[in-house]
Amino acid sequence: MADAGRHPNITLHTMSEVAGVGGYVGNFNVKIVKRARHVDETACTSCGECANVCPVVFPDEFNMGLSSRKAVYIPFPQAVPSAYVINMNECMGRGCSKCLDVCDKKCIHFHMSDQEIQVKVGSIVVATGLEPYDPREMDEYGYTRFENVVTSLEFERLINAGGPTKGALIRPKDRKHPQSMGFIQCVGSRSQRKGGQYCSNICCMNTIKNSLVLKEHDPDMEIKVFYTDIRAFGKGFEDLYNRSRSLGVQYIRGLPGTVEEMDDGGMRIAVENTATGKIEFHDLDMLVLSIGMKPSAGARKLQEMLGLQITPDGFFLEAHPKLQPVDAATRGIFYAGCAEGPKDIKESVTQGSAAAARAIRLMHKGVITTEPITSMVIAEHCRSCGKCAEVCPYNAITVDVKKKTPAVVNSAACAGCGTCAAECAFGAITMNHFTDVQILSQVDTMLAEKAAEKIPTFACNWCSYAGADFAGVSRLQYPANVRLIRTMCSGRVDEKFIWHAFEKGAPVVLVSGCHIGDCHYIDANHWTEKRIAKLHKKMEKKGIRPERLQLAWISAAEGVRFAGVMAEMEALRKTVTREEIQETILLLQDKEKQEGMERT
Amino acid sequence: MRTSPVETAPRQTGARIGVYVCRCGLNIAQTVDCEKVARNVSELENVVVSKEIPYACSEPGQMEIKEDIRENNLDRIVVASCSPRLHEPTFRKMMLQADLNPYMLEMANLREQCSWVHMQEPEYATAKAEDLVRMSVSRVGLLAPLYEETLPLIKKTMVIGGGVAGIQAALDLADNGYEVILVEKNPSIGGTMAQLDKTFPTMDCSI
Repeated sequence: MADAGRHPNITLHTMSEVAGVGGYVGNFNVKIVKRARHVDETACTSCGECANVCPVVFPDEFNMGLSSRKAVYIPFPQAVPSAYVINMNECMGRGCSKCLDVCDKKCIHFHMSDQEIQVKVGSIVVATGLEPYDPREMDEYGYTRFENVVTSLEFERLINAGGPTKGALIRPKDRKHPQSMGFIQCVGSRSQRKGGQYCSNICCMNTIKNSLVLKEHDPDMEIKVFYTDIRAFGKGFEDLYNRSRSLGVQYIRGLPGTVEEMDDGGMRIAVENTATGKIEFHDLDMLVLSIGMKPSAGARKLQEMLGLQITPDGFFLEAHPKLQPVDAATRGIFYAGCAEGPKDIKESVTQGSAAAARAIRLMHKGVITTEPITSMVIAEHCRSCGKCAEVCPYNAITVDVKKKTPAVVNSAACAGCGTCAAECAFGAITMNHFTDVQILSQVDTMLAEKAAEKIPTFACNWCSYAGADFAGVSRLQYPANVRLIRTMCSGRVDEKFIWHAFEKGAPVVLVSGCHIGDCHYIDANHWTEKRIAKLHKKMEKKGIRPERLQLAWISAAEGVRFAGVMAEMEALRKTVTREEIQETILLLQDKEKQEGMERT
Repeated sequence: MRTSPVETAPRQTGARIGVYVCRCGLNIAQTVDCEKVARNVSELENVVVSKEIPYACSEPGQMEIKEDIRENNLDRIVVASCSPRLHEPTFRKMMLQADLNPYMLEMANLREQCSWVHMQEPEYATAKAEDLVRMSVSRVGLLAPLYEETLPLIKKTMVIGGGVAGIQAALDLADNGYEVILVEKNPSIGGTMAQLDKTFPTMDCSI
């Protein structure tokens, strides 16, 4: 911590939050808002005279409210920067100037205001951390109803030598040293009802660690841990678990149903021991709730600003769970620590280093190379409607709708999904390497002969095409009349590709892409979904059976599903008669002729 | 900013296409009649060379293609072999070595998406393989050379969050000589870690 505070290459902005991000990889423009500290952090020597005279007392956040601090305070003794801060909402203000009077360095400024800082950076590491789970909604455990039920984070402060009790463990209600302790695991984790459905990763080991610390202080203490599974999977973890058990810590499989307070302030816990199937009652002096992790509250805001993806749990989604575990799908942005998912200190440090290495890999040349597979505007066709800018997941397109200037694609920010080209109603955007004419020529060639027997399938590079490859690697057999056309994203599949395929005699058409939420291009496949729904309506209106156009989400790991969908498509194809195909062809050709006449 | 070179470009009438149908040992050849596919597509417009090849990705395979490119003045290549997800980078490099634009390459996926998934139907598999190669030939004729662009970059990183992960990332970057802007919403860095007493598995203090 101290190293980071004094490193000549690190500029530290505390009390600061990112308020806006523009630009793209290599050239991000960032707006940071720095709240007023009201103490000059460069001049403050943390002598503490100000806090000594401050008359305002508030609960100390760092000690989880177990002790108090003043309105002018230092968060904790080792804080970096080592400077006091005034909470102006708590301060009595001008009526009182005691701190001002005693500060020799004159570093207190009541009138300091918030600052706006603009910086330009080439890459961004998102390390927004976690929020501890608030167990108040799990009323059965009595947290806040019973003083001697504490969270694991409160417990950390209670046994810490720097904590409110100087490391002497006492229970909050009567300040007596407890003779017995209980720990309840999975509070806010692995639950379908309350908290997260995921495992918070650290709570088992944290409790094991706590049991060892307690046994060190007081070898005779009775310790009981109520758990669902003990997950001691890391290096050296099993050793600690065994040590804890050999010291007499009891591990009881089952989560308590109720917690009641007894006359002596102790807790009576009712639990079904799932190892024996019996209901048990345990009387313990004090109870610790081993709380899980939630994603940081600011994650959502940051996600919107940076165009990042988030899992249903609320943690940031990495570009690839195995091969790109610290990259965001947006180039130039990396994740570290619990922002990406619950993890312990070692994993957080590893990921911090990994994120730094990935950022250096990107920046060390001093220039960035952009993929040429990007979209381009044909200015003379553009009517400045703004649709392309609306659908771009990367905010890579700017259009001045009012001034009617043509759209401009920022090729460094463009990731090449092609959704803009598919959505442009005026043919004013082309997608390099996946142009309309290139794709239409594949459709034409595919359907030049025996069209009625074929199943044209559009597959996105990252999921469905990869799923087809996986089916191949697994030697899964499926009908041989399937023909794939690869696009980078299903968002590229233009309406006209589909009409064209039907006009050329396709019995059925399949569009396939990544599952919603897994799109390699953030959320471009939402537009695919909308477009297919629109097409279904149009087909119905024209009298073409909508089911002849199918949409399937197939991931890279779903080879079996790919083969299954192909079999379903073949079954569907067999329901389409030659007459039906012919009727569609004539219908679409007529329409084209009409449109041609309207134009001339 | 680039401007469009292709959307309205007509078919390149002077295109000189080389087609290589890879046997992949027997991976493709035991199901697909590679020789027949190569023979049938050789009649397509603009196809100058069309042949089967034992292993296109191997050193001798690439040498053969590169020699053909030189001798026949080929300007675009279709490799009908495995998935482009596997070997597209390989063949793009080969194109560069032969002084061709790496984007003038098209792959037809005859292994993962044909021979391996229609093993019991060699006739249909061969017909499909031919279709896939024809589709690639028609596409390759319409490809345009593309060029990577380089843009300036700011050698600076912003780290959002001053917990243990953010601190580690900031220090590693800073020690490597990069400027770091570390943004923390609280009055001190340290995050949740700073609140912990002893930490597993080493049982030492967190700060």
